[in-house]
Amino acid sequence: MSTLALSDEDLRKERRPMREELLHNLRVAYARLWVRVKGGNRQPQWIIAELTIPVLTLSAYVYLYKMLSAPIEFVGFVIVGGTMIAFWVNVLWNMSAQFYWEKETGNLEVYFVAPISRMAILLGMALGGIVNTTLRAVVVFAAGTVLFQVPIVVHEPLTAFLIFLLTITALYALGMLFASLFMLYGREAWHMANLLQEPVYFFSGSYFPTQYFHVLLQFVASLIPLTFGLDGMRRVIILGEGIANVWLDIVVLIVFVLVLLPLAKFALNFMENLGKKEGRLTLRWQ
Amino acid sequence: MPALQHTVETRDLIRIFKGHDKPVKALDKVSITIEEGEIFGLLGPNGAGKTTLIKVLTTLLLPTSGEAYVNGFNVVKEPNKVRKIISLVSGGETPGYGILSAKENLWFFSQLYGLSSSTAKEEIKRLITDLDFEEYANTRMSKLSTGYKQRLNLARGLLNNPKILFLDEPTLGLDVLTSKKLRGYIVDWAKRERKGTVLLTTHYMAEADEMCDRVAIIDRGRILACDSPLRLKVNLEENVIMKVEVSSVQADFDFMEEMEGVVGYSQTRSIQTNTTTLKVMVKDETVFTKITSKLEEQKLKILSINNAEPTLEDVYISLVGRGFEEGEAAYA
Repeated sequence: MSTLALSDEDLRKERRPMREELLHNLRVAYARLWVRVKGGNRQPQWIIAELTIPVLTLSAYVYLYKMLSAPIEFVGFVIVGGTMIAFWVNVLWNMSAQFYWEKETGNLEVYFVAPISRMAILLGMALGGIVNTTLRAVVVFAAGTVLFQVPIVVHEPLTAFLIFLLTITALYALGMLFASLFMLYGREAWHMANLLQEPVYFFSGSYFPTQYFHVLLQFVASLIPLTFGLDGMRRVIILGEGIANVWLDIVVLIVFVLVLLPLAKFALNFMENLGKKEGRLTLRWQ
Repeated sequence: MPALQHTVETRDLIRIFKGHDKPVKALDKVSITIEEGEIFGLLGPNGAGKTTLIKVLTTLLLPTSGEAYVNGFNVVKEPNKVRKIISLVSGGETPGYGILSAKENLWFFSQLYGLSSSTAKEEIKRLITDLDFEEYANTRMSKLSTGYKQRLNLARGLLNNPKILFLDEPTLGLDVLTSKKLRGYIVDWAKRERKGTVLLTTHYMAEADEMCDRVAIIDRGRILACDSPLRLKVNLEENVIMKVEVSSVQADFDFMEEMEGVVGYSQTRSIQTNTTTLKVMVKDETVFTKITSKLEEQKLKILSINNAEPTLEDVYISLVGRGFEEGEAAYA
């Protein structure tokens, strides 16, 4: 211990109360949320693209099912899938790859020099993403159901809300985990996000039910929280089923949340330490 | 507060990076001390280890060995305590979000330091006025010029009223006027307002000379000398420094490396005028006569010869035997 170090008593005096620390980090999370919401809604062309493209994609599947004379529930499945996939796209591009962009601009350096919890930044990014995407998802869902006249049969709105909440919490927890893992990547983060986008569309069954999958593919699908979220939401919103039929989806989603959140925190700490050891936290040449 | 010996202190700091072919020693037993209120400069060419040292002190990088303290806190063991009292501003980088205005960006950064809304508002207003960009306060950051982005960056760095401000090449790529404005503001902040201590890295000699109370000259990870700019230059007075302009950009000056009595030299080539300006440091004027004879043997036309006042670059030349640019070329 150096002679310059503080004594134990000094340390105790200077130790910031936990409550103050928590409030500070909540302010940080709010500030990051504010940046995302403000920035996300400042350019109208983004909003138009984010509303139009999902409607066009789900329209293609709807017409395909109509052409094959599939039951109307399939159209409902596609609309729920198309709505929820917006969250996955947001998680991938605005959560997972975000630290890469933050590193490029020098923001990551500022975050790591500031006396804050990195999880507060991730939380703010996630909440901002949820606010922005929910607004867009509601519009896509409403447009889809009106355009294609899909009957919505919700007997248990609370169950539907619970599944929605758990699904996006699990998804954004996964986003936090990816963000931590991608933190040290350079341009590879971009490719990784691309690599994850389409397979998740496929395995989660965004545009078709996964029960037609081979058992092996079903196993792969079960590793993705979106699969259970979509299954539960479709059952409750389109088929009018209740908690008795979707309890397994709920349990699995809770497990996802309980595993992914601490894992994200652990990964963040681990990657930060690795970055500090290898000198990869910032782009600037040492 | 504990009784502090120094505001910043490093002891035998070593940092080794893996490197492509072999390990690179970016810091080699660096021991420095910085006192409260001091503007301390780290001067060296690109790749000398300046940014590495700043990164270790700002908790962004772990040292391979050795110790470093900021305001008495160990940067490895107590990083959060260090982060509460420091700020880092890097030149050539513009943290913030392009889609937000300058003022909005500053509000966001103020929250990272837990400033209340009223304090943040006051501080932002004051900094925007002091750094002279009221006109652009509501302009999106993406639309600001490089100079105004750097003013914003400096304002961000001062928002939390840091006890120790780390500036990594703060005027990199800026025009003369903006550089002067920022330099003046930093000196005022540290000296006139006595707000804090500054550790500045730069490879601009004039910047170090103008701003710093003390300068450490660093090369290949080692501190070669550390003193006030004046004392560093006074130590050179026993040598003779001459500036010679010759009419070629392709001449070979390697003969000086083995010539007895030559302390060091640097060269600046100008393709536009097809000339090379040599700055030569010699032990006495007789050595210089030998140099001019050698130049004439090469059929080089000597356009001018002048005595030169010692600068910090000459201090570097006397320590390393070459100028900054040659060093950088050697690294490349």
